Amino acid sequence: MGVDIRVENLNAWYGAVHTLHDVNLRIPANHATALIGPSGCGKSTFVRCLNRMHETNPAARAEGKVMMGDVDIFKDATPVEIRRRVGMVFQRPNPFPTMSIYDNVASGLKLNGFRNKRVLDEVVERSLRQAALWDEVKDDLKKKSGASISGGQQQRLCIARALAVDPEVLLMDEPASALDPVSTAKIEDLIFKLKSQYTIVIVTHNMQQAARVAENTGFFLMGKLVEFAATTKIFTNPSDKRTEDYITGRFG
Amino acid sequence: MSPLPVRSRHLERLLELRRSATNHAVTALAVVSTVLVLVPLVAIVGYLIYKGASSLNLAFFTHLPAPVGEKGGGMANAIAGSGLLLGLASLMGIPLGIGAGVYLSEYAHGTWLGSAVRFTADVLNGVPSIVMGIAAYALIVARQQHFSALSGGVALAIMMVPTVTRTTEEMLATVPNPVREAALGLGIPKWRTVLSVSLRTASPGIITGCMLAFARVAGETAPLLFTAFGNQFWNLFNLNQPIAALPLQIYVYAISPYDDWHRLAWAGALVLVVMIMIAVTLVRIFANRGVLKGGH
Repeated sequence: MGVDIRVENLNAWYGAVHTLHDVNLRIPANHATALIGPSGCGKSTFVRCLNRMHETNPAARAEGKVMMGDVDIFKDATPVEIRRRVGMVFQRPNPFPTMSIYDNVASGLKLNGFRNKRVLDEVVERSLRQAALWDEVKDDLKKKSGASISGGQQQRLCIARALAVDPEVLLMDEPASALDPVSTAKIEDLIFKLKSQYTIVIVTHNMQQAARVAENTGFFLMGKLVEFAATTKIFTNPSDKRTEDYITGRFG
Repeated sequence: MSPLPVRSRHLERLLELRRSATNHAVTALAVVSTVLVLVPLVAIVGYLIYKGASSLNLAFFTHLPAPVGEKGGGMANAIAGSGLLLGLASLMGIPLGIGAGVYLSEYAHGTWLGSAVRFTADVLNGVPSIVMGIAAYALIVARQQHFSALSGGVALAIMMVPTVTRTTEEMLATVPNPVREAALGLGIPKWRTVLSVSLRTASPGIITGCMLAFARVAGETAPLLFTAFGNQFWNLFNLNQPIAALPLQIYVYAISPYDDWHRLAWAGALVLVVMIMIAVTLVRIFANRGVLKGGH
């Protein structure tokens, strides 16, 4: 099951560039939360802070407090421990090209030393079913490379791979922006189904997408969280003038 | 778009002719270059077969060198010795080279130590091979006061390291960063990510680099002159004793004044080239087994 995420005074830097300014918000458990805003507004940096991926860049730094359930992710755990609890799906599908479909899904467990074949088989099937990919690949699990299937299938494979380690939170950084409309619809259906079991945070440029899948939406602008509210409120009656300008297409 | 005026249609046709002529010229240039590269290779192998094949028989692969004046004899000990020396060199040089390449690509970004290692590897690549022999001589032979197979293996290993290091680094650089992030994002520790994702993704290129380094040192004579030294008899197990090697044996036979030794030298050169070809082919077949092809 998912956990809620409370963010207090989160700041982030790339070198000398201050990319996130005092972000405060509470992301509820087992719901989908969308983050919107123009390119370079800090929404990707924000989600990369949530699984401490931000720190993999030697020039990057983050300060503040992020509580995931009752765990302070910067104080109580190592990045590796946090990333096991927080799955991530990236903008471009990034399956492991030299691994089979099966090994891609099993990788999170296998590469952490888990070897029980019977359990692995079960986890692979369950995860692929959850990602609505099982029926399309079940005959080629070990025959085909993760990079040999279509782009839309690759992205669902990446979702299955993230689900296989049984995370509590799923971060999605523009998961459908490189996909065609049919594949995009499939990913959105998935998010809709998965959000009852996981806390989902999705970064998107597509406002219709945010409106379709997310209960809550946050609007970022120039490294600041301008407004965070129920999605219906953001899109029909935003409190901030800048949010209104953005969603009505007056800038950005 | 509006249709082109009549006048410039003529111009367009001329431009089209020029483009197509350039295209043909560049293609022809590429074909000619390929042929020019292949000619010496085919010529050398062909000449080796012409000069050496007639001296090849079972005895060549099973017998020790015969004393001057006696008929027959073979290079069995040199063939085995080369195998042992190359095995020894690969065992030391490849892991060290891959390790250094991994350090450069995955850990040393922007550090002065990384730049120093990279620079050293490039310089080492250009050092004449005889200098490697002298280095191994100073490190091992001079201290132990005798020539040995081990010192020959070390000399060849030092020669392999820079090639393996730089190709490993370059091949790892071609692994897309999102693939690394995917692994890290699953909570896989960095060392595991490097080992099972980055290195595995880059492995075809790294294997090619190792084969290049292997093929290069397989024919080296100079670094063995004062390390492995050569041996007219069998030495298969004692790394502390001098050992025979094909390039050394070829060298000794080729500068000798005897005709049948010259013929044996040709045969030895042919065997050496064929052995390298077989080794490279076997590694390729073995490495490609069970590898799933990516892309569409």
